[in-house]
Amino acid sequence: MIDRPDLWLAIVVAAFGTYAIRTVPLALAGRVAALPVRARRSLRMVAPAALSALVCLAVFRPDGRLDLVGDRVVAATVAGLVGWRTRNPILTLVVGMVVLLALERL
Amino acid sequence: MAVTELRRGIVSVAPLIPGVVPFGMVSGAAVVDAGHGMGEALGLSVVLFAGASQLAVLDVLGQGAGVAVAIASAWIINLRFLLYSTALAVHLDGLSVSRRLGMGYVLTDQAYAVAAVGAEERSTTDTFWRFLGAAWTMWASWQVSTILGVVVGDRVPEDVPIDFVIPLLFLSIVLPALVDRPTVLAAVVGGVGAVTAAEAGAGDLSLMTGALLGIVAGTLADRGEE
Repeated sequence: MIDRPDLWLAIVVAAFGTYAIRTVPLALAGRVAALPVRARRSLRMVAPAALSALVCLAVFRPDGRLDLVGDRVVAATVAGLVGWRTRNPILTLVVGMVVLLALERL
Repeated sequence: MAVTELRRGIVSVAPLIPGVVPFGMVSGAAVVDAGHGMGEALGLSVVLFAGASQLAVLDVLGQGAGVAVAIASAWIINLRFLLYSTALAVHLDGLSVSRRLGMGYVLTDQAYAVAAVGAEERSTTDTFWRFLGAAWTMWASWQVSTILGVVVGDRVPEDVPIDFVIPLLFLSIVLPALVDRPTVLAAVVGGVGAVTAAEAGAGDLSLMTGALLGIVAGTLADRGEE
């Protein structure tokens, strides 16, 4: 049983820091935009790098264990190919889920 | 244009709602399992509003590891928002401070992804409205599913892998962002780096480690091509 004051203290302090993490760069938008072109160009890499990290952790370590040839790897690969060719997010989702469900039922 | 972009933001994240609902329900139910109720559940979902870190706070406190460790875990998990916020900021120069401060509260992986990809070709206000559409749709889905989780418990069927919707959507968002060799390299190194870091025991820092490695690799490749 978690102590109620402890939980609220954790919530409030964690939230305060999280808000700062989320907001400080946004608040300084003018200065971020004024960064040298080279620094700004590396921000172009944030979406590919961070989103790929999210996807790969979910696909290759679904249960916190490495699985390089699991159902999710196959489903994500097929969905990725479909997404690459069609650029259609909904179709990508549907294909990925159908493949995963089919593999899990086999 | 505001309404158009708002709608585009909503439409872009809508397919994610089925993936977010079970996650929100688990977060709500976990608060009940920890011996608390709706107040604490909403405290986590509204005040903190960052799914993975909410579960971490409960987990750490539940293990008796103390408030400081719980707070530190939440911050570490949420460090990735620093990257998103910085990357978004570039596209928002000139937007009013109050709008930017409001964006920070609802910044999520999903809202960032929807707003940032393709932002070079949009105006600042268009990006702002698209972000808001995506972000508040996520926020509302999260609150409703948290409340559901508290009321009815964790009723997610175990054999339906609905959580897989989330990586699939990120996959469909990241593919169009891979426009040249440096961005492809950033994605490959980001992915391999995160998985390797996780295998090496980096835990909550795995995602951030992979992301940073990917950014460095992509940047170096970019400079090499100049």
